[in-house]
Amino acid sequence: MLRLILWAALLFSNAVYAHKPSDSYLTLDIQKTTIAGQWDIAVRDLEYAIGLDENGDGEISWGELRAHHADVAAYALARLRLYADGEVCPIRIKQHLVDNHSDGAYAVIRFVADCANEPYVLAINYNLFFDIDPQHRGLMRLTYPDKSAPVTQSVIFSPGQSTQKFNLNSTDLLRQFFDYAEMGIWHISIGLDHILFLLALLLPSVLRREEAQWQAVTQLRTALWDVFKIVTAFTLAHSITLSLATLQVISLPTRWVESAIAFSIVLAALNNIYPVFQRQRWIVAFIFGLIHGMGFASALLDLGLAGNSLWLALVAFNVGVETGQLAIVAVFVPLAYGLCRSVFYRRLVLAMGSLLIAAMGFVWFLERSFDMKLFV
Amino acid sequence: MLGSMANLGSQNAMAAPFVPSDESQILEKLQTTPNNPATRELRHKRAQLLVQPDNLPLAVQVARRYIGQARAEADPRYLGYAQGVLAPWWKMERPPSQVLVLRAIINQSNHNFKDALADLSLVLRREPNNAQAWLTRASIFRVVGSYQKASHDCLKLLRLTNEIISANCISGVAGQNGKLLESYNLLLGVFKKSPATGLSPDEKLWVLIDLAEMAARAGRKQAAETHYQAALALNIQDSYLLGAYSDFLLDQGRPEEVISLLKDKVRADGLLLRLALAEQQLNLPSLPTHVAALGARFGASRLRGDIVHRREEARFTLVLLKNPQRALKLAQENWMVQRELWDARLVLEAAIAAQRYSEARGVLAWLAENHLEDIHIERHVQLLNSVTL
Repeated sequence: MLRLILWAALLFSNAVYAHKPSDSYLTLDIQKTTIAGQWDIAVRDLEYAIGLDENGDGEISWGELRAHHADVAAYALARLRLYADGEVCPIRIKQHLVDNHSDGAYAVIRFVADCANEPYVLAINYNLFFDIDPQHRGLMRLTYPDKSAPVTQSVIFSPGQSTQKFNLNSTDLLRQFFDYAEMGIWHISIGLDHILFLLALLLPSVLRREEAQWQAVTQLRTALWDVFKIVTAFTLAHSITLSLATLQVISLPTRWVESAIAFSIVLAALNNIYPVFQRQRWIVAFIFGLIHGMGFASALLDLGLAGNSLWLALVAFNVGVETGQLAIVAVFVPLAYGLCRSVFYRRLVLAMGSLLIAAMGFVWFLERSFDMKLFV
Repeated sequence: MLGSMANLGSQNAMAAPFVPSDESQILEKLQTTPNNPATRELRHKRAQLLVQPDNLPLAVQVARRYIGQARAEADPRYLGYAQGVLAPWWKMERPPSQVLVLRAIINQSNHNFKDALADLSLVLRREPNNAQAWLTRASIFRVVGSYQKASHDCLKLLRLTNEIISANCISGVAGQNGKLLESYNLLLGVFKKSPATGLSPDEKLWVLIDLAEMAARAGRKQAAETHYQAALALNIQDSYLLGAYSDFLLDQGRPEEVISLLKDKVRADGLLLRLALAEQQLNLPSLPTHVAALGARFGASRLRGDIVHRREEARFTLVLLKNPQRALKLAQENWMVQRELWDARLVLEAAIAAQRYSEARGVLAWLAENHLEDIHIERHVQLLNSVTL
């Protein structure tokens, strides 16, 4: 029989666990796009994790710690990730120091993290020592500038809560609104797939179909009414699914959504060559708009929303998307109306353009549904 | 939360980070040297575990060693290491019994008594002959004041272990439950009768500490002193022993001896607390530094959300900070979780110091029902009864 752990009887009694369990102290100070950090990690924890006592005399000297600075930095920084709006901010070590806390010596790492943008939502992933000591805790103090004075928040990282998100500048609602709207505009302007889908639907708006031939419309009003119906249907549809998906009422696999978006481009473009829907293209816009909305939602969710600003972000992002869309329409309509009487428009722009769009859509469809890269 | 952060801030303010000027400056002294054979063996086993983390017998062995080290060095880090070693099984609903017992020991040390009891009950349903599980469950029942259940579990040990272990378990419970002198005499009798070679040093230490504490509670100072000296003579590094003997010395008005006993033990909060209490009695200049250090450590614990230090913090707040109102609140919170001698004593002392006598009512009723005998507690009870009458 194994010897009994006798002191079980005394375990809880006075002061047996007098020491503090393992903690580290992390301080982050956000200034625009840089984050200045200080991280105090107990020398005893580092000794257990990576071994510092080279000469085995039971004492850790400054020389021994210094000899291991590269190891300490590599070990610690591999277990801390800072994300500004979903993008990693790389961390650079500035200085290694030492400090004495109430329970012993700590290695102090001063560092700077450089973010691509001024973070909106800062996400921090902390995993120091959790694998070897699940009772370890990371005590963090986060300071960031706010309208009048800097704000400080404290949080604890534990194995169950190793990632935490902070909504910075959450009090400045107007700025936040414009920032999310800007992201919406940006998203549609780089979202070639959304633009091509919309263009494929709009190309015939300045034309009418007579005896299986395309003819220019006689009045601008007719074209504008068609554009209005398509854009409104598309907007309505993607707003519905963008909201539902952001609020996590519905959720579909990203790959499925992205493939369906590509497929919708192929259909919309082919419809111009073999017309099935003519004046009813707004129905196509509505049905596939539902799928495009799911795509917008995954872009919005990737930004890393923190709870209380969800609605604001949703509305602002959508306003941004609509604004970008209107800008495209505002460029397209005068151009197309000006050209629609020429053969060039009907043959080259409509026929060849639609074929090209369909081809692009088809390539995307293959890439996305089979997860491969056809053109680099 | 912010308050404790402020605490942390002031702690940092005491010493700003620096770059040592001398390569040979010692930053940290480890409790065990890496060249010590026992440490080397443990390291070796842990390295083996890194290669095969699913090796259950090895993981259990290493976890037991860490748990032992946690007590010897008074360092709860080792409990975290033990938990880390048991990680492959830790989150299972029904892990192997060996893991259940260790998980219970680690959980109760974080005062998570409910989960610990559930784990032990599961082990005992599977293995009614698991002595470790009976002993550990008895101990937890004793700490939370469920004496009947504790006695039941101790009796199970009679046919599973040697006489001294079951006698100690039984007397430990009965001694807190109205039979102090009988329990003391029973344990002393069994101890004297058992052959000197038959007991391990750990067993001897365990029995001697219990004898000493019972003698002290009964007011038999000379006997208590003898038992404590015998325990110290075993030369086992044990923080519990140092803490208990220091409390005895402080009650005796012998602070000088506490200082020579604990002057090198400032790393352990509980021992630093007793050192500071002794320094207060002697009005020594080192007192303010130690009080500040204790304040910082309790602040840091609170920041983590730990509750294991409430007993010590209540005593610190009462005697060293002289804030009886806050101490009473801490002592009462602690009393909701732990029901041992010092837990009761602190509620009474804080209620008396704060002159909020009626706040002691719950503890007084509990003491009357359970007959916890102790000369200090009896004095407080008499005083409280005379005021409230």
